[in-house]
Amino acid sequence: MKKYDVIILGAGPAGLTAGIYLSRARQSVLILDKGTVGGQVILTHAVANYPGLPELSGYKLASEMKKQAADFGCDILGNTSIKDFNFKGEEKVVITDSGEYSSRAVILAVGGQPRKLGLESEEKFQGRGISYCATCDGDFFTDQDIVVVGGGNSALEEAVSLTTYARSVTIIHQFDHFQGYPHAIKAAGDNPKIRFMMESEILEFTGDTDLTGVRILNKRDGSEQQLAVTGAFIFIGYQPGSKLFENCVRLNQRGEILVDEMMATDVPGVFAAGDVRQKKFRQITTAVSDGTTAALGVMDYLVGPDPDKE
Amino acid sequence: MTLDTNLNHVKTEAELKDLINNNESVMVCCGRMGPMCLPVYDVMEQLEGSDEYGHVVFRDMLFDNPEAAAIRDLPECSSFRGLPFTVYYRNGKVVKATSSIQNKDQVTGILDEVFEK
Ligand SMILES: Cc1cc2nc3c(=O)[nH]c(=O)nc-3n(C[C@H](O)[C@H](O)[C@H](O)COP(=O)(O)OP(=O)(O)OC[C@H]3O[C@@H](n4cnc5c(N)ncnc54)[C@H](O)[C@@H]3O)c2cc1C
Repeated sequence: MKKYDVIILGAGPAGLTAGIYLSRARQSVLILDKGTVGGQVILTHAVANYPGLPELSGYKLASEMKKQAADFGCDILGNTSIKDFNFKGEEKVVITDSGEYSSRAVILAVGGQPRKLGLESEEKFQGRGISYCATCDGDFFTDQDIVVVGGGNSALEEAVSLTTYARSVTIIHQFDHFQGYPHAIKAAGDNPKIRFMMESEILEFTGDTDLTGVRILNKRDGSEQQLAVTGAFIFIGYQPGSKLFENCVRLNQRGEILVDEMMATDVPGVFAAGDVRQKKFRQITTAVSDGTTAALGVMDYLVGPDPDKE
Repeated sequence: MTLDTNLNHVKTEAELKDLINNNESVMVCCGRMGPMCLPVYDVMEQLEGSDEYGHVVFRDMLFDNPEAAAIRDLPECSSFRGLPFTVYYRNGKVVKATSSIQNKDQVTGILDEVFEK
């Protein structure tokens, strides 16, 4: 079993920042990610609000963060699945599909992932009508009728951007009001190609090999309706990636990890940082801030508080 | 747009034909530098360097390259509406094609299913 001072689970901005701080503090650090290093940042076409950097692609920003963490000495493993773990004792153990590792402290920086509707038919039509990325796949729906599911800023803004291609866009939203900002609601409302189905939800995606329609429930009167569409874009928010750890650390009702001001969880030596923890604002800057605090919290835990900062 | 990956890029239809006719097992990911494509390239880069999949040739091709019509217009991809289009060729023939993002388990599942070690 390979030993490290700290294992960080998740290589998004929070995990990579924590790695940078800890490796600069001469701790041996392993950063493990079940997917692509960079986290949600690589889903971002253009990041314009990261201080000190001109607008750049999320991919570029994530690559720079990864390089910086690796240059300071972090071992970084992407596309690595966690098979088992034990964080109870002083020695924390993580078993993956590529090896077994132990450490004295762990940071959970597993972020969030796009929420899915959870319908059986959703998986079947991904890439064949169902998409989670308007910028990637919008042009496949030129002159076609499509739906957008959701009522937040992402759904409203992406619906407007999809009108560049689609003949019509129907926004399906479960509530009677939108959660987006007023300007996003107005932009969608003013667009002649967009119509709304409020208090409605999708029951099923239909079609043979390709999506040809959606079955919709009107939640107000219980009636059902079939709408002929060839595309469905789903933007219903993000959910914390904490499921794997629900029996290990304390979570709130939304599945967010509860931490103290040093990002420590209720399990000694286990910290959490970034979008996966309970907080109101989820941005790259707030994730980076959490990563910093968690790293310094880990240093306190491993070697005691820095006397200069006391 | 160019593909900023560490994979070797296929640039022409002739090159693609040559590649699939001269190699038993070939995986080509045809996409852009977008959020659904990057994870697939990332998995391919990792597998390309592994002992386990040394028998597979991994390549990417820019979706907007006119020569990529050789992939875009494949009957196997006719209903695809999500980037990237990923095509698996065995002895020059398409044995599997997928649309949209795939994770490592999905990719290795297909490689194990369609190619012989
Ligand atoms: C489309 C989009 C656009 C955005 N645009 C902006 C923007 O312009 N500006 C801005 O400031 N913010 C933006 N955000 C928000 C920002 O990207 C997030 O707040 C930030 O990435 C959170 O960082 P994180 O490190 O906490 O988590 P994430 O970025 O989610 O990273 C978590 C990582 O953990 C990995 N992981 C998950 N589970 C496990 C596990 N069990 N084991 C190992 N690894 C695991 C994931 O694969 C992922 O790589 C955007 C988000 C999205 C989705």
